[in-house]
Amino acid sequence: MDVLLDNLDLYGPFFWTTIKLFLISGVASLIFGTFLAGLRVSPVPVFRAIGATYVTLLRNTPLTLVFVFLVFAYPLLEILELSYFTAAVVALTIYTSAFICEVVRSGINTVPVGQAEAARALGLTFSQILGQIVLPQAIRSVVPPLMSTLIGMLKNTTIAAGFSVTEAGAIRQYLSERGDNQLIGLLWVALGFIILVAILSFAQRALERRWSVAR
Amino acid sequence: MKIRTLAAGLLVGALTLTACGKEGTPSGSGTGDTGSNAAALPTYTVAQNVDVAGSPTFARIKGAGKLTIGVKDDQPGMGLKDPTTGKFQGFDIEIAKMVAAGLGFDESKINFTTVDSAAREAAISNGNVDYYVGTYTITDKRKQQVSFAGPYFMAGQDLLVRKDDSSITGPETLKGKKVCSITGSTPIQRVRDQQLTEPGNIVEFQKYSQCVDKLLTKEVDALTTDDAILKGYASQDPDNLKVVGKTFSQEPYGIGLNRDDAALRGKVNDLLQAAIDNGTWQKIYDATLGKSGSPSQPPAIQRY
Repeated sequence: MDVLLDNLDLYGPFFWTTIKLFLISGVASLIFGTFLAGLRVSPVPVFRAIGATYVTLLRNTPLTLVFVFLVFAYPLLEILELSYFTAAVVALTIYTSAFICEVVRSGINTVPVGQAEAARALGLTFSQILGQIVLPQAIRSVVPPLMSTLIGMLKNTTIAAGFSVTEAGAIRQYLSERGDNQLIGLLWVALGFIILVAILSFAQRALERRWSVAR
Repeated sequence: MKIRTLAAGLLVGALTLTACGKEGTPSGSGTGDTGSNAAALPTYTVAQNVDVAGSPTFARIKGAGKLTIGVKDDQPGMGLKDPTTGKFQGFDIEIAKMVAAGLGFDESKINFTTVDSAAREAAISNGNVDYYVGTYTITDKRKQQVSFAGPYFMAGQDLLVRKDDSSITGPETLKGKKVCSITGSTPIQRVRDQQLTEPGNIVEFQKYSQCVDKLLTKEVDALTTDDAILKGYASQDPDNLKVVGKTFSQEPYGIGLNRDDAALRGKVNDLLQAAIDNGTWQKIYDATLGKSGSPSQPPAIQRY
């Protein structure tokens, strides 16, 4: 308990940074990932190719490498200066989006083809079919894997500690220098993550119950 | 042009990631430099029939017939692993060898292990290392988990800046400047606590070499940590880097030992005292850190 109370000035702000990282990158990944899924099922071959290339590239690159690129290589291009926090958000987003894209695409595959065909027969455009008919049904069926991906991303935020973002992953190094017991310190960090994941699991169950479709 | 910079950047990034990005070997800080002008490393007489009564660590060392010493491998002048020969060298390494000789073990019986800052307490208390010599500052908080012999060196927090930068002359001139150090390290916590610069200007990475990288590309303005470490980097690249030379803290380096082993702590303190008295300490300093050109005095051993 002492380790937590003596270092509340670390736990509080650092976990808050973790939560901010998670919320911003989570929302951005959901939006961008869904957009990528749209590319992957679009009738235009070039779009499909772009989507497939993106997913293959990002899913096969370790997240640390994405971070290294954004923090150490990207600044040399001198395009737009990113703060380290923004760089972390961008890294997490472009990485997680590739996974979200595949989850959403698998959801799209659960929607019977007849639905899209009927919509097309009514004269709806591709974006109308996707946005109003297919995606609402698709998202409903992939709530659990979507949440798993987001939980994975929550834990991935700790990588940012190595790239100048002081979040929960940096607490251990701070404790070590302050001379506090790191093992106990880490147990508190673990507890913090358990609480955050519990909230996400709760949200998942609530959404599942609300959105469950009888088939 | 941009493409080429990017390619270079990617390469640097990849090297940093695989921890191969250590800036070569320093020319002036004691890496295999056996030139005629370099002060020769002292040799240590291996003591015979040593016994440290009541020391569980020493009993374990004796049983194994070899020593495991925790060190750092990325700090020029203090503890650096030569990537070509795999040998460790520097001030800390020599102190470790000197103590080993005093305990009756010559160099061939030493097994140097790299232990990162954040893993030191665990490595010492779990017995993974018999003792630890690696820029380890003695603090009261740490004494609750490990014990310290020494101090064997007195360092102080200082600043490393670009050679052409005259705007930073000390800690009070850091306002508005970007300051880099290792994630969570004491120096960067001090910069934060004393508000030497704005929180948004604090940059933290895993390795000093990454900060040096950012310093040279002008993305940060200063690297702060103990002067002993900074002098090592400045001597590697004297054309581009300089140490400001105004220390603003006292960092007594100690040898980390198991907390329950007061007998071994007394013995190591005796060995350090003897090395200070007979001039071995000065010889070690001159042959390692002293090559940076700045002199140093041995500190007074604090027994507790």
